[in-house]
Amino acid sequence: MDRPLRLVAANPLDRLARTLEALLVVASQPLSVAELSEAAAEDGERVEMALGLLTERFQEGRSGIVLEQVAGGWAFRASREAAEACGRMFERPVERGLSQAAMETLAVIAYLGPCSRPEIARLRGVAADSVVAGLVERGLIAEAGREEGGAVRYRTTPLFERVFGLESLSVLPRLDDLGDADDIRDRLEQLAEKRPA
Amino acid sequence: MAMPVRELELDLEAFEGPFDLLLALVLRDELDLGEVDVAGIVLAFLERLAEREELDLDACGEFLVLVAALLELKARALLTGEETDLEDLDPAEAAAELARRLADYRRIKEAAAWLVDRLDEESDRYFRLGPAPLAPKVERQLAPQDPAELATVIRALTAEPPAVSLAHLELRFPPVEQFLGRFRSLLARRTRFDFDTEVHQLTRVEQAVAFLALLELRKAGEIELSQAAPFAPIRVQRNAETKTERNPSWTARSA
Repeated sequence: MDRPLRLVAANPLDRLARTLEALLVVASQPLSVAELSEAAAEDGERVEMALGLLTERFQEGRSGIVLEQVAGGWAFRASREAAEACGRMFERPVERGLSQAAMETLAVIAYLGPCSRPEIARLRGVAADSVVAGLVERGLIAEAGREEGGAVRYRTTPLFERVFGLESLSVLPRLDDLGDADDIRDRLEQLAEKRPA
Repeated sequence: MAMPVRELELDLEAFEGPFDLLLALVLRDELDLGEVDVAGIVLAFLERLAEREELDLDACGEFLVLVAALLELKARALLTGEETDLEDLDPAEAAAELARRLADYRRIKEAAAWLVDRLDEESDRYFRLGPAPLAPKVERQLAPQDPAELATVIRALTAEPPAVSLAHLELRFPPVEQFLGRFRSLLARRTRFDFDTEVHQLTRVEQAVAFLALLELRKAGEIELSQAAPFAPIRVQRNAETKTERNPSWTARSA
């Protein structure tokens, strides 16, 4: 008789979970375990346990709100099944219309950053100034100090990780592991096949 | 029919138009060759070539020469302005360096492709966006305040202010008649007097009223006024005909 009562009302972990839920709803960017435990005045280990409870509760297929681990913290987002409805109401201006040059520049900065515009230009073989300015404006990269020569260095922002759904930069695949598909070679070979011998 | 290489239509990121215009712009330094994707030009040419039945050797030859020249220009452009002057390297070393860089770039291109795929997969994740990361953090600048002190200050503000005194605005003018009588009795004894001497002991307001009385007497024709120069003492002289003229008119009016 008193067993369910104890589970519902007197489980302090559940209360902590509710507190975390509230903090995550109020936050506009991912909160780290350290931030959550400071705000909830609880130790990190218990916060992580409570987050485990919440992850189970807020998951795809079970809730319209999904708890995800992203950009070095925890954050709520809309469930994927609600994406169409969200798309009718909201835009995703940060990543809309990113050019190939912008994606390459992002890749350079994500993998090799912090790095400067001359470094990016050297790798890509083209000037990077306007592309870099555009990425800064979108909030995907930000200044991160200067080189010895005085050139500004850039790094990717937590927003970049969030937009790309990355838990952190360390989950990027290793460059060496990336597919060896050589786009130009592929297309040349396709053309060669098309040609009558 | 020969394929016009120079009229090859290009649709590159840095340039859109016929091949010969691109060449002209590059040679005139109006287009940075560093921004031109030469592989894109080669692909465009090969695609055009593939559309044809037979191989146009003339066109291929011309194209090879032009593209080789472009590649050399671009390689030079890419290798200049470096800390280690690669132009001084022997051709084999320079080629190795260029190949290394191309390999680096290819990996970056693959990373970019991975990011594009990732973005595509994640495009159905909607989340709340906070202020831009570059926006300055709002910091509370106020020092902590003591509520009791705040109450005291506010209480001081709500206290009824003392009534404003208008005393200084009230000017007490003595009646003009007082001076009319005084000047008339003076003139009954003397035919003339000096205005300044008569009033210099009085207050400023009294002096003003005395002057009004003087003007009043002048208007009634009882006196004549004279002054040697501006700001010189005003001399007041009894008008000889005053008595005779004034009294009949007064009698007539009151009759």
